[in-house]
Amino acid sequence: MSLRRILTTLAVSLLSSATAWSGEWAKLSEDGVHDPRGPAIGLLQQPGDALSNLPGDGAGNQVHWIKALRSGVIRPRPNIDPAREDRRLDKDIYLDLYGSMPSVRFPHLAHTEWLDCTNCHDQLFLPKRGANGISMFLILQGQQCGVCHGAVAFPLTECSRCHSVRNHIAQRIVAELEAEEARKAAGGGSKEAGSADAPRGAPAKPPKDARGGAR
Amino acid sequence: MTGSASLRAALAVPLLAIALTVGLSAESRAEYADVVLNRNAEKEGMRPVVFPHWFHRIRFRCKVCHAELGFKMRAGSNLVTMGDIIDGRFCGACHNGQIAWAPENCDLCHSGKPGLPPGIFGGHETNGPGIW
Ligand code: HEC
Ligand code: HEC
Ligand code: HEC
Ligand code: HEC
Ligand code: HEC
Ligand code: HEC
Repeated sequence: MSLRRILTTLAVSLLSSATAWSGEWAKLSEDGVHDPRGPAIGLLQQPGDALSNLPGDGAGNQVHWIKALRSGVIRPRPNIDPAREDRRLDKDIYLDLYGSMPSVRFPHLAHTEWLDCTNCHDQLFLPKRGANGISMFLILQGQQCGVCHGAVAFPLTECSRCHSVRNHIAQRIVAELEAEEARKAAGGGSKEAGSADAPRGAPAKPPKDARGGAR
Repeated sequence: MTGSASLRAALAVPLLAIALTVGLSAESRAEYADVVLNRNAEKEGMRPVVFPHWFHRIRFRCKVCHAELGFKMRAGSNLVTMGDIIDGRFCGACHNGQIAWAPENCDLCHSGKPGLPPGIFGGHETNGPGIW
């Protein structure tokens, strides 16, 4: 199929152009943003001085921020007020099961290590699989995943970091998950019966509570 | 389903191409995710403010600023004033002489090149299709 070929070529050319930038951080005086004649130039830290010590990557800040965090090389604070809860969720969501690109694995854990649930739910995404009409078209316009990816988190040139799972494998994982959910609902399902386990493709009701889902 | 998916894919191709060409020809070599805040600063005689994400995310997770402190995730959408900062809001929640140095270090924040519009720099989104 020729569309697929076009996309693949494009993806490859994007990827190679992205990696061509690697290993170089502009000096503040030459970055086009800082005033080279301002008094801060000699005082502020140069990006290269800090970022060259972190696990490398080919795009964005040229830092693999997830590796930097998990290896303990950086220890960013999760809160200012120590009483504030640092919420995490370890649940992968598989998207784009039947498209021309490999399927997308969205890892809640990697995201909630950095972000709070409220950064996405319910403003960007309703916390319900398939309820959001996620599309590459909108992502490229800076919506949905593109609010962060392409702005602060790794950029959209890194196709394969999102499109990372072969379609048939993702389809199998989701089928198993849905069978499991159906079993649970049929078994002790007095509390959650009905709408929570509607078949895929059924219209979704907007859920009220982003935290109710650690099933 | 398949029809609309491939239509969307077909639309994605030119968008990607635009992103590529515009992105590469952009002049600014700002570090990825630097934000310029300049709603009032320059009008009131100060250089624009440059906020470096890379520097802060080494020290704080996104949730600190974007959930706990309430910065909205859209460049230019937070109306930050010096009054707020001195009262301990926005940048001033940390730049208070305790968590980070105090607001009296004007030039460290007001370090931008005169004439810069507010927005995010160094990112593919704004150099590319971004917000049209
Ligand atoms: C969550 C806390 C926090 C918030 C909010 C915050 N900062 Fe900072 N900032 C810091 C810390 C900590 C440092 C490092 C201080 C030090 O080195 O002593 C820093 C350093 C800086 C630096 C100097 C970077 C360098 O190269 O040395 C700049 C510029 C800066 N902040 C600007 C801002 C601006 C502008 C805002 C608001 C839009 C802001 N910060 C909000 C914590 C914060
Ligand atoms: C931040 C994550 C992310 C990145 C990076 C990304 N995509 Fe996507 N993409 C998605 C998501 C999520 C969908 C799912 C939309 C859906 O369910 O149809 C998608 C859907 C698509 C689709 C339509 C469905 C399909 O498989 O045919 C195409 C085509 C596509 N992406 C191409 C690309 C290309 C090419 C790149 C690299 C230039 C890329 N994407 C980078 C997340 C991403
Ligand atoms: C970076 C964005 C992001 C963050 C942060 C995030 N989520 Fe999600 N969440 C998603 C996306 C995307 C989906 C899938 C939506 C879809 O398929 O349309 C989802 C789905 C869900 C679902 C439905 C899962 C299912 O199997 O139907 C629940 C429940 C959920 N999230 C809870 C949470 C909780 C609790 C947190 C915080 C600990 C959280 N999320 C943080 C983006 C996020
Ligand atoms: C609110 C901001 C935000 C949104 C929205 C968001 N992400 Fe992310 N994402 C991040 C951050 C931050 C990271 C950490 C890596 C980085 O900063 O480069 C990340 C990392 C990832 C990773 C890398 C995981 C790994 O282990 O390497 C994938 C894959 C990913 N995101 C996919 C998605 C997809 C797909 C969507 C949309 C459904 C999405 N993200 C939406 C902020 C976001
Ligand atoms: C120290 C505070 C701080 C931290 C930590 C922080 N941000 Fe931001 N962020 C800001 C400020 C300030 C702005 C600009 C707001 C404005 O211009 O009104 C911003 C803007 C943004 C935007 C909007 C960009 C656009 O295209 O309009 C996104 C997306 C974003 N941040 C994501 C993140 C992600 C993801 C992380 C974690 C990896 C993060 N931020 C960490 C303070 C922070
Ligand atoms: C921690 C970073 C930071 C420091 C330090 C700082 N500012 Fe600001 N300042 C800002 C931000 C952010 C804005 C909002 C920028 C905008 O959108 O115009 C701002 C705005 C202003 C404005 C515009 C009008 C107003 O009141 O909001 C003036 C004038 C100003 N600053 C003067 C100063 C002076 C004088 C100092 C030193 C005494 C100083 N600033 C120190 C971050 C800082």
